[in-house]
Amino acid sequence: MLTILFDGIAYGMLLFVLACGLSVTLGLMNFVNLAHGSFAMAGGYITVVLVNRMGVPFLLGLPLAFLFSAALGALLERTLYVHVYAKSHLDQVLFTIGLVFMSVAAVDYTMGSSQQFIVIPSALQGQIDVFGVGVGRYRLLIIGICAVLTIALQLILVRTRFGSRLRASVDDQRVARGLGINVAVVFGVTFAVGSGLAGLGGALGAEILGLDPVFPLKYMIYFLIVVTVGGTSSITGPFLASILLGIGDVAGKYYVPQVGAFVIYTIMIVVLIWRPQGLFARQSAR
Amino acid sequence: MLQSTQAPDVAEQMARRARWTPLEIAFWLIAFSTIYLLPGRHLILTEIVIWGLFALSLDLILGFGGILSLGHAAFFGLGAYAAGLFAKHGIITEPVLALIAAGLVATVVGFLTSFLVLRGSDLTRLMVTLGVALVLRELANRYSGLTGGADGLQGVTMAPVLGLFRFDLFGHTAYVYSLVVLFLMFLLARRIVNSPFGLSLLAVKGNPLRASAIGIPVNWRLVAIYTVAAGYAGIAGGLLAQTTAFASLEVFSFDRSADVLLVLIIGGIGYLYGGLIGAIIFRLMQDWLANITPQYWQFWIGLVLVIIVLVGRDRMGSWIKPLVSLVDSLGGRMRRASATRSEER
Repeated sequence: MLTILFDGIAYGMLLFVLACGLSVTLGLMNFVNLAHGSFAMAGGYITVVLVNRMGVPFLLGLPLAFLFSAALGALLERTLYVHVYAKSHLDQVLFTIGLVFMSVAAVDYTMGSSQQFIVIPSALQGQIDVFGVGVGRYRLLIIGICAVLTIALQLILVRTRFGSRLRASVDDQRVARGLGINVAVVFGVTFAVGSGLAGLGGALGAEILGLDPVFPLKYMIYFLIVVTVGGTSSITGPFLASILLGIGDVAGKYYVPQVGAFVIYTIMIVVLIWRPQGLFARQSAR
Repeated sequence: MLQSTQAPDVAEQMARRARWTPLEIAFWLIAFSTIYLLPGRHLILTEIVIWGLFALSLDLILGFGGILSLGHAAFFGLGAYAAGLFAKHGIITEPVLALIAAGLVATVVGFLTSFLVLRGSDLTRLMVTLGVALVLRELANRYSGLTGGADGLQGVTMAPVLGLFRFDLFGHTAYVYSLVVLFLMFLLARRIVNSPFGLSLLAVKGNPLRASAIGIPVNWRLVAIYTVAAGYAGIAGGLLAQTTAFASLEVFSFDRSADVLLVLIIGGIGYLYGGLIGAIIFRLMQDWLANITPQYWQFWIGLVLVIIVLVGRDRMGSWIKPLVSLVDSLGGRMRRASATRSEER
């Protein structure tokens, strides 16, 4: 029971790191980015290459995955995404689906279609006992890293100058621009960081979520659930939503395996009908 | 009275909108002539017809209702499984009746789920439609005793169409059958779109707030068109199951929902022919790409999507407008010429 709860929390934390970038892009630019999972996949695969083929230590591979995905995000944001912000939601959906298809086929081409595994150092394998509960060391690491990241993100968002600029831009883009905030730069940086976090999540999660070319399609719906259920106006909303989703999914798969993912989708639809703005969102002014 | 002076005017306007242009007539003549001219290509042509009908149904909700759906395959899949199951268990053996029944199944589910897409923003609709398709796919996967699960619905044998025309190995019957269904469904869609109801839909799409201000019941219009479109998708799915005698979980997949969006975008939104033209281009492109790179054609499909968006959909569609207006003006000149000639006599 507690083990399931623990696994669920680890899974949820992972989902949060993967999806929090998406919640910012969606909240800030009202941009529907279905290709967010592709950045996560890029992070996962770069770690596979670095750790398995070039012998880079796993713990060094993680920040490299972050940097690689962030750089990729920044590059694509500046070259391609900027042209699509002002277009309709239909165009954004088409554009990002196109990117997903391209990334899936490109990874399939370069890395093969089979599932990839990252060699994890033996110190991180196995279980340890915490108050009589068997706890996977690797999952403990995930929770540790994600907790630190979450606190750091929250502090950045609330305490720093950049954070207040970001919040101002999310609340009202036009007024923020009028106050001299360079919204484009704020957004570019946020997009890159969000992509980087997704890449880090992809690298961390390869063990739990699996890593194969269809990763962006498989988890797209999960990311979107986190964002739409959690709302886009804060970081705590998506966080709570991912923890709930993680626990719900793990518990559902353990206790009622015959029902499967069915529960998650149904809950999502019900929540969206009940509160279209998200479960934890304050009523938006717009 | 105000109405009496304006009514004929409006009727005239509506009639002008609904008039068949020479280009349209030519389109359908060419379509039907392929029955005799391209007998060796009937298998791929059948696929094109089914894609065309499916994209037509998406055009109804996207081009005329303004609802962005990422889960339109839900109704396609429902129709496919319904038609497959009707035939397999001998509930309704005659294909035409079974197709209508399959369409009705999708229509009913479409009606029930249409209330879900009324609320919220584009993103909410996107998620809800996607969720509905995923739920249905899970259901089909779970009840494998009924649907065959991941192996697909096997052992479907089709009875002859109308009890007369047997489905043959080369797909001749299948093609003629599909094409006739498409044509009839197209006529119906054309009638719907050019009716006052269709006009009110365009008003809703343009600005829901203003539409409701002039007395259009916005939500009911959306429910109606969503339901109709679901029925169309169901019939398209039913056609696929009937012509291939098979249905698999793939009919519900996200890829299918995304592909149909691409089909419609290639052809252009909001004039009914977009889906049909898009289906031809999409299927030929897919065929061609699959020949060059069998495994990675998805990459090029994705690239096409990205390019379409970056170049701009309006500009992509602009090549077709001068062509249409040219043919229209030619047709108009001929009509006027014949009219003056008859007057001279």
